[in-house]
Amino acid sequence: MTALLELTGVSAAYLKARILFDIDLAVAEREVVALVGRNGAGKSTTIKAVMGIQVSRTGAVRFAGRDVSRLPAYMIARLGIGYVPEERRVFPDLTILENLEVGRQPAREGAPTWTPEALFEIFPNLAELRHRPAGQSSGGEQQMLAIARTLMGNPRLVLLDEPSEGLAPVIVEQMAVAVGKLKQEGLAVLLSEQNLRFAGAVADRAYVIESGHIRFEGPMRRLLDDAALRSAHLSV
Amino acid sequence: MGFILVQILTGLSSAASLFLVAAGLSLIFGVTRVVNFAHGSFYMLGAYIGLTLVALFGDLFGRGHLAFWSALLCAALAVGAIGALVEIVILRRIYRSPELFQLVATFGVILVIQDLTLWGWGPEDQLGPRAPDLRGAIMIMGEPLPRYDLVLIAAGPVVLLLFWLLLNRTRFGILVRAATADREMVGALGVNQAWLFTGVFFLGSFLAGLGGALQLPKGGANLLMDFGVLAAAFVVVVVGGMGSIAGAFLAAVLIGQLQAFGVLFIPQSTLVMMFLVMAVVLVIRPFGLLGRPELVGQGRQMLDDPLRPTGWRFKALALALVALLAAAPLWLGDYGLVLLIDILILALFATALHAIIGPGGLVSFGHAAYFGGGAYAAALLVKYAGTPMSLNLVLAPPAAALLALAIGWFCVRLSGVYFAMLTLAFAQIVWSVVFQWGTVTGGDDGLLGIWRSPWASDRVAYYWLVLACCTAGILALRHGLHSPFGYALRAGRDSPLRAEAIGIDVRRQQWAAFTLSGAFAGLAGGLYAYAKGSVFPNEMAIARSFDGIIMVFFGGVQQLSGPLAGAAALTWLKDILFRLEMWRLLLGLAVIAVVLLFPQGLAGFLKARFGRFFGIRPELSA
Ligand SMILES: Nc1ncnc2c1ncn2[C@@H]1O[C@H](COP(=O)(O)OP(=O)(O)OP(=O)(O)O)[C@@H](O)[C@H]1O
Ligand SMILES: [Mg+2]
Repeated sequence: MTALLELTGVSAAYLKARILFDIDLAVAEREVVALVGRNGAGKSTTIKAVMGIQVSRTGAVRFAGRDVSRLPAYMIARLGIGYVPEERRVFPDLTILENLEVGRQPAREGAPTWTPEALFEIFPNLAELRHRPAGQSSGGEQQMLAIARTLMGNPRLVLLDEPSEGLAPVIVEQMAVAVGKLKQEGLAVLLSEQNLRFAGAVADRAYVIESGHIRFEGPMRRLLDDAALRSAHLSV
Repeated sequence: MGFILVQILTGLSSAASLFLVAAGLSLIFGVTRVVNFAHGSFYMLGAYIGLTLVALFGDLFGRGHLAFWSALLCAALAVGAIGALVEIVILRRIYRSPELFQLVATFGVILVIQDLTLWGWGPEDQLGPRAPDLRGAIMIMGEPLPRYDLVLIAAGPVVLLLFWLLLNRTRFGILVRAATADREMVGALGVNQAWLFTGVFFLGSFLAGLGGALQLPKGGANLLMDFGVLAAAFVVVVVGGMGSIAGAFLAAVLIGQLQAFGVLFIPQSTLVMMFLVMAVVLVIRPFGLLGRPELVGQGRQMLDDPLRPTGWRFKALALALVALLAAAPLWLGDYGLVLLIDILILALFATALHAIIGPGGLVSFGHAAYFGGGAYAAALLVKYAGTPMSLNLVLAPPAAALLALAIGWFCVRLSGVYFAMLTLAFAQIVWSVVFQWGTVTGGDDGLLGIWRSPWASDRVAYYWLVLACCTAGILALRHGLHSPFGYALRAGRDSPLRAEAIGIDVRRQQWAAFTLSGAFAGLAGGLYAYAKGSVFPNEMAIARSFDGIIMVFFGGVQQLSGPLAGAAALTWLKDILFRLEMWRLLLGLAVIAVVLLFPQGLAGFLKARFGRFFGIRPELSA
């Protein structure tokens, strides 16, 4: 199976502080991969390194067989990588529909094409709020909006940075269902998580990251079953 | 009753152009975070190009409505295209640079446009063409109102409405609003910001050009329009709230009204009215009527190494330099000496300015007010008190400091570009008071006969005095910045919250530094007045403030020795360029080139090259 996204020997730094060391990571077509690790382990940094925002990085990032490590973020997005940041970063003054409009990109071969109506089916909560400024929505609604906005770009791969963070259990459940639907639609997903329960419910494969190093790679199942491994790298 | 009504309408009509200019400025800032100091120049270009196109279209298509109005529209479109070009060629390369770089680059554009306009249309003020069928006045309750004012009154709300539709009903508008909130995220969603920014620059410049073209029948065109409208537009934007179009409209109307009624009470200085409004608004709402707290700059902080004592070789070099300068009269002719006096005085001025820009982290764009303040203090003392030179030179710094104290109180409440705009607006107000209050200050004619005391009347003696004062001043400033006071100042710049947490009152610190900086600028101004034997409002003008900025910038913001290098470079450059025609154009191009080629300034460049030899560590590159 050839990888859709492939990081080889990626290191990254903020200004002068080096955070990631020689990361190797791959996501195959239609695969849901979880990147798990403690607070500050470098999960978000890995995801930002893929998009090439905020961090400076070295090493190779390939997407769909193409070297993207020198491209600006907007070009990477246009190749079919959708980014959902940890802080959601919805545009608070814009309505939900306008937020979706910002994410809209032309249809893409090899990826499902989304419309606001199709997205409202996955995230029914957003439907009634469509004309309201996004800043007035709850945290869960903003998380859904952030994902929906990214899907408007018709990506092939979605980078989800801690989609369950700070959400009520009911909403986390809905999130898990939504990620399942994305997989069904044929999308690949790389998600970072601290919540092993959520990751376990949705991911096929997992990486464990600790202090900027990958410590484990393997099927999600194995991580869930191996208590020793979990306590070594994940327990708080 | 009729009189008041007409006065209100007049105020509304004068608000129109102001609103257009301010709206463009605000829009550009909202999305790109660049304060376009060249915005006033676009306004001026709109007027001049409009002038030419109205004549041209009139010849081609007859002097009807269509020819006239389409000429104004085409002028605005042309200015929009010029704005887009400036964005593509210059600004696009420096969005990630510190604010100072962008301000300096746009100032380079101002200089270039000034000279091109002078070259294209000549120095005379131009009368505007009349709009067809809108000559004369209508009577409103027995009072006359120029017909054309009705057009202007309508223009404001119409543009506001069109603007609203554009921002809310088009994809471009939605992207603009999104980028105003979070441009990085817009990029991560696949939007090419470069074109978005160019589009915004086009639109903003178009509005400025339209403002300039529309006011033609009322105000014509002249070469002072650029700075004139710039200060007013800054006031409108600050009062209305940066980035808020509706706020700009509100503020423009408010200020238009104040001007209309203000002339009844203080006919000489409508700028003073503006100042009063701005002061009141800033005290009540620091971010303007409809503005929001400033977004913290995204990753544009300057990386700055800790200050460290310089190596002995550097000290030896400095000492040798002073000795060489002291001996200058032995080997330098009269002309060289005059030039050196200028360089030394400007170096002191630049060092004072650097203290607030570099370690203070606040870009003051109005430091001419304190330089000129010191110069006028000395000159006024000569005129009205007849006090001797030595006393006047001692009194000039505190006089300038007092001015800085008052103005600084308002300015340090804000930071970043707000601070820059506010300091410029205040300086422009001080300038206009001096310019318009002719009975006391001599107005445009300045104050002459500022003679030196007999013991310093000889040029060489005065040169030594200047050398002593400037060396002492520069050393004192350096010393201050290496003291706990300076460290606290830098702490406040680098992380205000943490500085507050360890008990530093950041604002007070900045206010004190601003005042101190004003005092040294005042000393430079006083010395300058006696060097020239006269003072003119020019010493306070925006151009003088920019001289300071450019010297600091040439010298590199991060070096304490930078201002000296910058002063020498600028004075030398000007000395060469002054002999040429279009020196502003060349200076502007030089400034732009330095911004694009040497982002760490000249001294920074030299330091990176030769710093090791003098025991100075090279900058770490980010
Ligand atoms: N903008 C930044 N500048 C400097 N250092 C940063 C920045 N962002 C994150 N870091 C540091 O990088 C390290 C990794 O951060 P990262 O956000 O990647 O962690 P994370 O695994 O996503 O953690 P969390 O679960 O808290 O989101 C942390 O030590 C953090 O302090
Ligand atoms: Mg994170």
